[in-house]
Amino acid sequence: MNMEEHVIIETEGLTKIYNGQIAVDHVSFKVMKGEVFGFLGPNGAGKTTILLMLLGLTEPTSGKVRVMDIDPTRDAIKVKGLIGYMPENMGFYNDLDAIQTLRFMADLNGIPGKIADERIERALKIVGLEGDAIKRVGAYSRGMRQRLGLAELLVKEPKVAFLDEPTLGLDPDATNRIIELIENFTREKEMTIILCSHFLEMVQRLCKRMGIMIKGRMVAQGTMDALAREKFGLDQNEYTLEEIYMKYFQET
Amino acid sequence: MHGLKVIFKKELADHFSSYRFIILFSLIGMVSLIISYMVGLTIKNELQGIAKPKFVFLMLFISQGGLFSFVQFVAFFGPLIGLILGFDLINRERNEGTLSRILSQPIYRDAVINGKFLAGVTTISIMMVSIILVITGLGLKMIGVIPGVEELCRIFLYLIISIIYISFWLGVAILFSILFRSVTTSALAVLAAWIFFSFFIPLGANIIAKAYVPDTGGENPEVLIRQASIQRAISLSSPIILYSDATATIIDPTRKTTRSFVLMGPFEKISQERFSGPLTIDQSLLIVLPYIITLIAITVVCFSISYTVFMRQEIRSA
Ligand SMILES: Nc1ncnc2c1ncn2[C@@H]1O[C@H](COP(=O)(O)OP(=O)(O)OP(=O)(O)O)[C@@H](O)[C@H]1O
Ligand SMILES: [Mg+2]
Repeated sequence: MNMEEHVIIETEGLTKIYNGQIAVDHVSFKVMKGEVFGFLGPNGAGKTTILLMLLGLTEPTSGKVRVMDIDPTRDAIKVKGLIGYMPENMGFYNDLDAIQTLRFMADLNGIPGKIADERIERALKIVGLEGDAIKRVGAYSRGMRQRLGLAELLVKEPKVAFLDEPTLGLDPDATNRIIELIENFTREKEMTIILCSHFLEMVQRLCKRMGIMIKGRMVAQGTMDALAREKFGLDQNEYTLEEIYMKYFQET
Repeated sequence: MHGLKVIFKKELADHFSSYRFIILFSLIGMVSLIISYMVGLTIKNELQGIAKPKFVFLMLFISQGGLFSFVQFVAFFGPLIGLILGFDLINRERNEGTLSRILSQPIYRDAVINGKFLAGVTTISIMMVSIILVITGLGLKMIGVIPGVEELCRIFLYLIISIIYISFWLGVAILFSILFRSVTTSALAVLAAWIFFSFFIPLGANIIAKAYVPDTGGENPEVLIRQASIQRAISLSSPIILYSDATATIIDPTRKTTRSFVLMGPFEKISQERFSGPLTIDQSLLIVLPYIITLIAITVVCFSISYTVFMRQEIRSA
């Protein structure tokens, strides 16, 4: 099979300027089917902005974006149907309980009631919220909200998922469970994932390829080995993602 | 289309389960009941033993009970219903990060604002219908007169105009909730708009008219007429005046013009004096039609501005 058929996400010269300030600067990358692609970079590097442009929530200033060959600026509805997005600050309706929250999201996605109910029950079990299913989301802890966000992905069953800091504020056990969940997503559902995180251990474990963003530019992308080779040469073969990342960060 | 339906259903459920709605509804229901009870009592006493005049039922709405008549009460406090229901509809969701989440689902962006507006209008309609039903029921019981078809039609028209009027204020509130990121700011802005239109314009109109055509001492009819016409022109820029004038004519069949007595032309005066029979409903409607159209027009304008701003706005939370 041709490589091109597997391209799920593609950008070329993607640029976003906010009031004269450049937030994303000519970024080009591709994400293949079933892959977990990592976005690394310091705060304000433009990671979230790229995700928003891929979703059609923010209009690019210039450049090309395609998600499964659809242009999100033209056909945002179609793209949003394909992507499950877990934003960095999960906002929930505090007065709804978990089941109501998930059902509302299922309704917005046009998932028929019966299927939605089954998926909701299963999702809550998987993320470990079945005991709190009828508690107001307003009374949830941060980690519980994060889990609810993942449950939402399980209900939507999208082809592509964008996870922006999915493990922020989670306890080690929950973090591990989320990592396992993400592994399952790609293995069983062939889901394509973009993962933004400052938690490099997780990125190292989950992502085969990654891109390093600094000040709006993607300064490097590729497999961890490739990134390491570029910075350390061939002679070193013991390194962590953190060392690589710091190297790029200091040199830019 | 399904996005609109889902949003509409959720917003409606939100309104009906909110304390805000319950408080608002009980407050307005209570005041309306008191007003109509007092009016009903007066009517009952005064009509004891004499034949019931025509349109006695409509008196329930237009006679003053205590401080206000029901019609005046709605003109003055009705805006608060729309404003209170709408002032934080968009910016609260933006601040809590739920806006970006629903907008990253496959629905059109306008479904959100249309759904919210329609749910608000439905809430307002249900409120107004139930209040008017309660008043009608109370009236039936107290004065023992069954309203005629025409009276019912007039009440119905009054209801429709009132719903449009309050929906206009809902539109203003939604616009503010889009323009201002902070809920507190939009609450203040909404209050300021209400005070401006309900107190400032009527007062200001008087002052400006007097400044423009100074009093000449004594009673110069020409001066009075010019003052009155300037005052009226300015007042009409307030939706409150538009609404009051329109509904007063609809609900009171003996009103034949929306103009004040000073401004009547000679023919109007003659017709007012010599033909004192009530207007038929279509004639009343004809008089207030421009007002109704204006009310609808400003609602549409307000909503279109909200729409345009919202469709272009950056959706990032905070
Ligand atoms: N609404 C906005 N208006 C103007 N500038 C903005 C806006 N939103 C973001 N920016 C700017 O865009 C740049 C990129 O922000 P972005 O949120 O994409 O960073 P990030 O890589 O996701 O950072 P973090 O790791 O902190 O989440 C920042 O410099 C930020 O100040
Ligand atoms: Mg970010």
